[in-house]
Amino acid sequence: MNTLVCISTTPETTAKIAFSSDGTSYNSEGVNYIMNPYDEWYALVRAIEIKEADGGEVHVIHVGPGSSDIIIRKALAIGADAAYRVDTEAVEAYQVAAEIAAFAKGRDYQIIFTGKETIDHNGAEVAGLLAGMLDLPFVSFANDLKLDGSTATVGREIEGGTEVVSVELPVVISAAKGLAEQRIANMRGIMMAKRKPLEVLQPTAASAKVKVSKFELPPVKSGVTMVDPDNMKELVRLLAEEAKAL
Amino acid sequence: MPVIALIEHDGTAVKKASNELVSYAARWAAQSGDHAIAVILGTLSDKGDLASYGAAKIVHMDDSALDQVDPQQYVAALRAVMTEHGAEKVVLAHSSTGKSISGILAVQSDAALIHGINALPEEGIYRRGAYSGKALAYYKPEAGSLIITLMGNSVPAEKIDAAGETISMSPSLPAARLTRVEVKTVDGDIPLPEASKVVSAGRGMKGPENWGIVEELAAELHAATACSRPVADTGWRPHHEHVGQTGVAIRPNLYIAIGISGAIQHLAGVNNSKTIVVINKDPEAPFFKAADYGVLGDLFDVVPRLTQAIRDYKQS
Repeated sequence: MNTLVCISTTPETTAKIAFSSDGTSYNSEGVNYIMNPYDEWYALVRAIEIKEADGGEVHVIHVGPGSSDIIIRKALAIGADAAYRVDTEAVEAYQVAAEIAAFAKGRDYQIIFTGKETIDHNGAEVAGLLAGMLDLPFVSFANDLKLDGSTATVGREIEGGTEVVSVELPVVISAAKGLAEQRIANMRGIMMAKRKPLEVLQPTAASAKVKVSKFELPPVKSGVTMVDPDNMKELVRLLAEEAKAL
Repeated sequence: MPVIALIEHDGTAVKKASNELVSYAARWAAQSGDHAIAVILGTLSDKGDLASYGAAKIVHMDDSALDQVDPQQYVAALRAVMTEHGAEKVVLAHSSTGKSISGILAVQSDAALIHGINALPEEGIYRRGAYSGKALAYYKPEAGSLIITLMGNSVPAEKIDAAGETISMSPSLPAARLTRVEVKTVDGDIPLPEASKVVSAGRGMKGPENWGIVEELAAELHAATACSRPVADTGWRPHHEHVGQTGVAIRPNLYIAIGISGAIQHLAGVNNSKTIVVINKDPEAPFFKAADYGVLGDLFDVVPRLTQAIRDYKQS
């Protein structure tokens, strides 16, 4: 069974957030980029587990510039078989989904995985758009996946618990915590990754449907009000009367 | 052109956050002199008071096939309403349901899609959080049609009296592609993503056997419980309680953090809480910089006394 894992790059979790002086773009100077954790820890690993159990290949696809190649090679080192990079900046979700859909159409991927969301934009938009463009069923926020022939039984996160659904393949699945356990690339994987293909594709020049107007930092919180630990009555009063939080 | 709002419910009653959704839809529609249409899919016994939150029309598709959320069926249902009423804007909750249908709906409507909106648009510019709540981003959609998901607890549920004309529709729906096998609810009655008050604790608790004081405080406040990542990873608390950059992001009115240092990744999940209280014995804990109220003390001493103080307050 062949699967496709869509991977994004994001600033690392502790990266400082700053914008250009006109506020229209993120200031990435000095920022270390990583593979989006949901893509790396859950989507990619679950796809590799499927390959290990059932055979087939795991392909990864990324929409982005050449500077992403080092991160794409990490996916190969962890265990993907081949990688594709659409050579264009990822501008917004519709454009990214359109590039991936153009690639995936007509290819025999039984499951297309994405991460649940990226930790920078927190959009969670690409997976659903992709399912719409490819006219595939969509199971979001999957934290458990069992396969039986061409039927997938998927647990997904819902408010207050988990919903379990069954669906016929092919399907688009967005991966949440619990879908797999994070894997570290070992030396052998890193060596083998060098011989695996990373093919650069020309973009279809899909247009964006949403443009960034600007970014801004939120107003700084005014200082904390410290309350004496012996005076919890006062804290309750402040919460009730000042914060109106009770 | 009217604005459509998809109501969320549990078969018995409308979810509180859907009142905010209708109110938002009404105010959004009013910007162009238009009205809001609330859409209810599936069996629902108590439709609540959507008219008083601004629903000029209420479309109810009372088909039990819609009691489970199949994205293709939900999209077909919404498309039928959009076509029937000439609507090109839809607001969904930023929920597991909203986010599972929005993309497919956007593609079929040839619409722009923006998730996580947290304010009414100003001059066609839409705002949402970015970088795990550390920044704000403003977007201009370039298509005529627009699908958005609205963050809970970002816009108040205003009372705006509207006609609330009820309309039945039963369009033909495509076959479902997903089959619901079961729904497992977690222990405790308050789902974390929807809770307006949350009591959270971390490694300062020293061990899972000590969580009683946290649960008692939560019970007294009618709050949900949450935890930091290390505590979920070591199995002291269930995974669904993990709030943070790679866990759940929440926006409660009140977030009480007990024995949590406040690492950047944790703050990313809770920095949009309206009021943050930090209880920690470490004066260097970074969380104090992000807090509204701080208590520097031993949590094993402070937390039970806070619980008692709340009990006393409620009785006064």
